[in-house]
Amino acid sequence: MTVSVDKPVVPESSRADWFTSYDVEAFETPSGREEIWRFTPMKRLAGLHTGAAATGSASVEVDAAPEVRVETVERADARIGQAGVPADRVAAQAYSSFTSATVVTVPGETKASKPTTVTVTGPGAGQVAYGHLQVRAELFAEGVVVLDHRGSGVYADNVEFVLADGAKLTVVSIQDWADDAVHVSAHHAKVGRDALLKHIVVTLGGDVVRVSPTAAFAGPGGEVDLTGLYFADAGQHLEHRTFVDHAQPNCTSNVVYKGALQGDDAHTVWIGDVLIRAAAEGTQTYELNRNLVLTDGARADSVPNLEIETGEIAGAGHASATGRFDDEQLFYLQARGIPEDQARRLVVRGFFHELLMKIDVPEVRERLEAAIEAELAAVGA
Amino acid sequence: MATLEIKDLHVSVATDEGPKEILKGVDLTVKAGETHAIMGPNGSGKSTLSYAVAGHPKYEVTSGSVTLDGVDVLEMSVDERARAGLFLAMQYPVEVPGVSMSNFLRTAATAVRGEAPKLRTWVKEVKAAMGELEIDPSFAERSVNEGFSGGEKKRHEILQLALLNPKIAILDETDSGLDVDALRVVSEGVNRFRASGESGVLLITHYTRILRHITPDFVHVFAGGRIVESGGKELADVLEAEGYVKYAGKQEAASAS
Repeated sequence: MTVSVDKPVVPESSRADWFTSYDVEAFETPSGREEIWRFTPMKRLAGLHTGAAATGSASVEVDAAPEVRVETVERADARIGQAGVPADRVAAQAYSSFTSATVVTVPGETKASKPTTVTVTGPGAGQVAYGHLQVRAELFAEGVVVLDHRGSGVYADNVEFVLADGAKLTVVSIQDWADDAVHVSAHHAKVGRDALLKHIVVTLGGDVVRVSPTAAFAGPGGEVDLTGLYFADAGQHLEHRTFVDHAQPNCTSNVVYKGALQGDDAHTVWIGDVLIRAAAEGTQTYELNRNLVLTDGARADSVPNLEIETGEIAGAGHASATGRFDDEQLFYLQARGIPEDQARRLVVRGFFHELLMKIDVPEVRERLEAAIEAELAAVGA
Repeated sequence: MATLEIKDLHVSVATDEGPKEILKGVDLTVKAGETHAIMGPNGSGKSTLSYAVAGHPKYEVTSGSVTLDGVDVLEMSVDERARAGLFLAMQYPVEVPGVSMSNFLRTAATAVRGEAPKLRTWVKEVKAAMGELEIDPSFAERSVNEGFSGGEKKRHEILQLALLNPKIAILDETDSGLDVDALRVVSEGVNRFRASGESGVLLITHYTRILRHITPDFVHVFAGGRIVESGGKELADVLEAEGYVKYAGKQEAASAS
């Protein structure tokens, strides 16, 4: 396999100095040349970055575990905005534009008896909508929440995860949009003392999908596991920008994103920012991105950024590699009689296997396995 | 009776300076029940022969023919060759992350046998074959060859040989990197495979030591991309004593010690 390993880039400005605001007008209209937008095809954003007004709304349906509370609240609700502040203009636009928000709460010292599924259906082809969702896990709560994005249209939203001390929350966010859809989403997680967030992003469908998960620690001892799995076909732009902000001591973060690409102008972007601030002694962090390029004409960008402001850390590492399909693996499997298309499927399935195993919701895992099979069958790979 | 027939085989590989001919007219016939050893110095083209017969895309056959029971092998894809009854135990088995050995073996057996083996008998069959090769059962759930030692990889090549039961097996330096114990286990595996008398073996090796465990019917000396001398097993003893100096133009031992 030919592998290119990107060196971590020393950013021009520290992630610590990034501007954030709830107000869209506080941001300049991006031209696309800015560092945070330079990979994104701005022309295909349907005006999300230039103030497009909502013309429709996305439907939000929640199939909740019996222990879980579901509310629809006004933007004035004091809880809204607790997990983080928008760090780019589209996120601020979504924050300034949503009319009501959905709040899903796993109550304190309660373990939800089944996953809660939030199904977000796009506003429909040619329509623009904004949304806001907050998932709360109270003191020592445990739960699994699946966000299932589907349908057509243009959608920008903020999703908040507020984990109180000792909470354990698993989130699976699936972007399985129709071919026309544009989705720009900012996830903000605030992780309490000794809390654990397992955050899994799966992006399969949509014309342009850009998901920016940010995790920050509110107390020491927290753990964040950011996992991503994406599969880009011809013409798709799938972008993921993870940011883990270590400002508390003795926290752990682990970021693993893997993608496969096939077809002309399939484009994926992974930006992995980790900031270890001076106060974050005893931090342990690792991030990894792997991309498997299945055909010519596809392009994967991969940029890890690791900023360390204290020497007193337990460990920090990163790895990034983008490789062609490994012909030696194919030859080996074929030399055992396995036909080429089946051998390719085995290799790609194997590539994603460790990530799929992290999804401990069997029905979601099975659906994703089937979706990956379908992706592979679509081009006869 | 299976017959692999290689006639005047010429094979090139692409290099920065253009195609380079590695095999320069190989003639060899391997029949069921026969074991042929191909011995030769490093760089003589032994491994190229095995890869070319298996159909590795890196090697281009420029002229000559390879047939299995009269059927043109060179027209077949890599997997078709395997399903036709050719097997290559590789010198450097490839790691396939995320694909379990058990899934791989069953997928391969299904492809080669033309139908999925019945689960109950299959589990027993695999267990028995692993036991004979002294492979710990836990390997079944590990990714194919990933993190295996050299010896473990070679045992698993022979495990595949046992389960896929080909007409003709090419063993490419299966003995390299094996300690004494592993060499014995692997050799016993090959001998069990040979015992039926219905399969042919082409054993490619640099050293004579494996021939003390697996007695060949024929020994061929490979040098400069072709077979330069053929004989019975006594030819191996000559190589053991004299090395390849006569063929390679330089001293290169054929004995391991």
